[in-house]
Amino acid sequence: METLWPRVELLLHKVAKPARYIGGEQGAQYPVHGPDKVAWLLLYPDTYEIGLPNQGLQILYEILNERADAVAERAYAPWVDMEATMRAAGLPLFSVEQHLPAAAFDVLAFNLSAELVYTNVVNLIDLAGLPVHAADRSAEDALVVAGGHCAFNPEPLADFVDAFVMGDGEEVVGELNAAMAAWRAAAPAGARERDALLRALAEVEGVYVPALYVPEYAEGRLVAIRPRDDRVPPEVTKRTVRDLADWPYPRRPLVPLTEVVHDRLNVEVFRGCTRGCRFCQAGMITRPVRERPAAQVREMVQRGLEWSGQDEVALTSLSSADFSGIEDTVRDIVDDPDHGGRVSVSLPSLRVDAFTVGTAAEIQKVRRTGLTFAPEGGTWRMRTVINKLITEEDLYGAVDAAFSQGWRRVKLYFLIGLPTERDEDVLGIAELGARCAEIGRKYHKSVTVVASVGGFVPKAHTPFQWYGMDTAAELERKVALLRAEARRARGLTIRWHEPSASVAEGLASRGDRRMGAVIERVWRAGGTFQEWSERFDLSLWEDALAAEGLSLDEVCHRDRDEHEALPWDHISAGLHRDFLWGDWQDALASVAVEDCRWTPCYDCGACTEFGLEHVVASPVPPAGGSQGTGQDLTEGHRIPVQLVSRAT
Amino acid sequence: MPPETSRRLRLRFSKEGKIRFTSHRDVARMWERALRRSGLPVAYSQGFVPHPLVSFGLALPTGCESHGEYLDLRLDPAGPSETPVADLPSALSALLPEGIEVQVAAFVDEAEGSLQQEVASCDWELEVLGVPGEELAERVETVLAASTLTIRRERKGRPTDDDIRPAILALSTAGPLGRLRAELATHPRSVRPGDLTMALGTDAVPGRAWRTHQWIERDGARFEPLPLGGPETGNGATQDARRDPPHVRDGTQPDPGGPPPGGATLGGCGER
Repeated sequence: METLWPRVELLLHKVAKPARYIGGEQGAQYPVHGPDKVAWLLLYPDTYEIGLPNQGLQILYEILNERADAVAERAYAPWVDMEATMRAAGLPLFSVEQHLPAAAFDVLAFNLSAELVYTNVVNLIDLAGLPVHAADRSAEDALVVAGGHCAFNPEPLADFVDAFVMGDGEEVVGELNAAMAAWRAAAPAGARERDALLRALAEVEGVYVPALYVPEYAEGRLVAIRPRDDRVPPEVTKRTVRDLADWPYPRRPLVPLTEVVHDRLNVEVFRGCTRGCRFCQAGMITRPVRERPAAQVREMVQRGLEWSGQDEVALTSLSSADFSGIEDTVRDIVDDPDHGGRVSVSLPSLRVDAFTVGTAAEIQKVRRTGLTFAPEGGTWRMRTVINKLITEEDLYGAVDAAFSQGWRRVKLYFLIGLPTERDEDVLGIAELGARCAEIGRKYHKSVTVVASVGGFVPKAHTPFQWYGMDTAAELERKVALLRAEARRARGLTIRWHEPSASVAEGLASRGDRRMGAVIERVWRAGGTFQEWSERFDLSLWEDALAAEGLSLDEVCHRDRDEHEALPWDHISAGLHRDFLWGDWQDALASVAVEDCRWTPCYDCGACTEFGLEHVVASPVPPAGGSQGTGQDLTEGHRIPVQLVSRAT
Repeated sequence: MPPETSRRLRLRFSKEGKIRFTSHRDVARMWERALRRSGLPVAYSQGFVPHPLVSFGLALPTGCESHGEYLDLRLDPAGPSETPVADLPSALSALLPEGIEVQVAAFVDEAEGSLQQEVASCDWELEVLGVPGEELAERVETVLAASTLTIRRERKGRPTDDDIRPAILALSTAGPLGRLRAELATHPRSVRPGDLTMALGTDAVPGRAWRTHQWIERDGARFEPLPLGGPETGNGATQDARRDPPHVRDGTQPDPGGPPPGGATLGGCGER
């Protein structure tokens, strides 16, 4: 199929940031398509600058292009000005590498990292020139698949997506490709049946084909989702890569020509997290912990910097300070003479307690960016409920270390609208923030502490999945309360996430299959890019809900009881339902649990169900802080899982 | 000829093709990454946040192409000094994205002013769409005959009325139909090809545009910050004060890798 570039370039002088549409990144691949190759278009349903750094997409991009029977290119959501220009010119969605039309691809594969992009998913399917409803597509149309964290409640997108992939994609992507190739080989074009393909995909472990499952409702409420017949399993269970060391990807990370949200080298140091924060979907669905060997981390950093010329490395994971030997790893990178001592290291998702003064100093040697900590809850009681066991001493110690090492800006992340939350917990945020600013003034004349507050959305496969979230009005009341309190504190700034956007996120992440019609209505009303505050419009969602006979209260604000069917009950992240329920009850009773990496197992199911184990370099917990050696190792003892200790 | 001890290295490069849609800032970042990969001992500032001592010339509007972009960088006196300057163009081009080619590298006098201060005017070749080719010559005459030419353009987010006539130093039709050649002054405020096109009439739409030369003016002579053939022996740059290098005077011969000889009416330049 011919490139659209000559037509695309005519449009680019009319749009903002045209460099988002030209591709040309270092690491971009220009594969030769052919009848013996399945062609994948990997899509990130948000703008280029947000989507390009996405590591999941980059990993699959390389794995697919390494295969002899696959090719992969990428596409991102064109911003509204470009989309309007494309539609006016009759141009379909195109890949950024060779500017091939979406119709040149056999599979459109979406990365789902956030729920508010769902209307963009529908829009991109439409812009690709496909019928948006999966049921309306023929065997000649591209297959639409989706994966990523949000896929763990696939139902809101079930009308539009042919197959969802649960869990780690490294292995399953090849199996999907093989199933696709076999289906194409079995019959010539024109004689193929889409249903046969869907059946074949459903046989791949970890793949959910919504057309083969039927939701049942009673009195306006979901009661079950059942397989259409016994050829598909009643429950689809996620895929888990056993050892990250087998997957040192991306090998040649994409280096963009234009500005993106994170202009830095990303190296994933581990996957999974067992800190057990009850609000955290990522921590629940990516268990168990699988560390990359430190030597491989160093090699990936070294090679990556030589390749990209970037001067910042992010060691990524859900809690990078928990990586065994993190301090040595950081020191090795910062001190490496090959980089002239000019490389800075960032550790996204710092844990407040495990972040020692030593590590702070290593990073600060190069650049004084602001530091971010996430206590999440304003009082110890609140943090016990959410199982984010950071003591005030931990926080103040970490903040003291940061300010004394020269930082002048500290950012604190909090959630509001948490289960059992009282006003005193909200006010506690101001108190913690004010105290942190006070600590800073011991070292500097003027410091900034920003407390960033987000409205909590209870997510699927977490202990809080039964919790009815706060209404937008209640979240707004709490924000106002907090702001009034914070006004009295010097050096403390409150930032907050739009409460109505949290509610829309609740709809998209908690809905059942009926939410598809709502998403479609919002899309048809022009509601794309809903995660962008300037584009977000709650009234679009409310109108759509009303038109479909659904309500915010029914979907978002209502507590569920133990036995109510949840829209994602037929999807398994390996977690036992009784574990999650027990953890929810513990939360309500303010009972905390410890990290199972260093204590006996709670049998959540993520290891035991799969015969997996945590893969960590050191079976010894990190030093310092209440989540380090402060743990009482005699607690919790149901099924001991032996740690795989790896020599470094 | 710069003194032997000069650590100020000047590079001339082109920017053509798809990459024209990247911004000046984007190009600066590409250079920073390429320089880090090259191992060149670029000097760093001494401040709180050390940054490489690289200074870029006049910004090229996003969407425009060029055969003459420049940057100056300072090498670390403590760094290894055996930098093979002659090898730099190919070595650096290999580290830069497709569409950016380093053409010349040479040390320049440390005492010279910055590129931004020194460059007084630029030669452009530009396509104008929307105006019938035959009519374009008349429009050019009108522009040249005018004593003032006020256009409304945006500056710092605000619409401003500017008289751009004084900055139009030369203007003529060129080679293929629909194409102009212009020399535009950079001071007091740069006139861009898009501004010039606007002055040609409301129906005129900017097409592609190429910056072909940048000129420094000193003591009545005009020369390029770094001519394509490289600095000549002896008195270096000032000897190259040719008013019109042969490859430009001869309108049928574009620069090596220069603007296509005509017909192309693609993605415009400097409209935004």
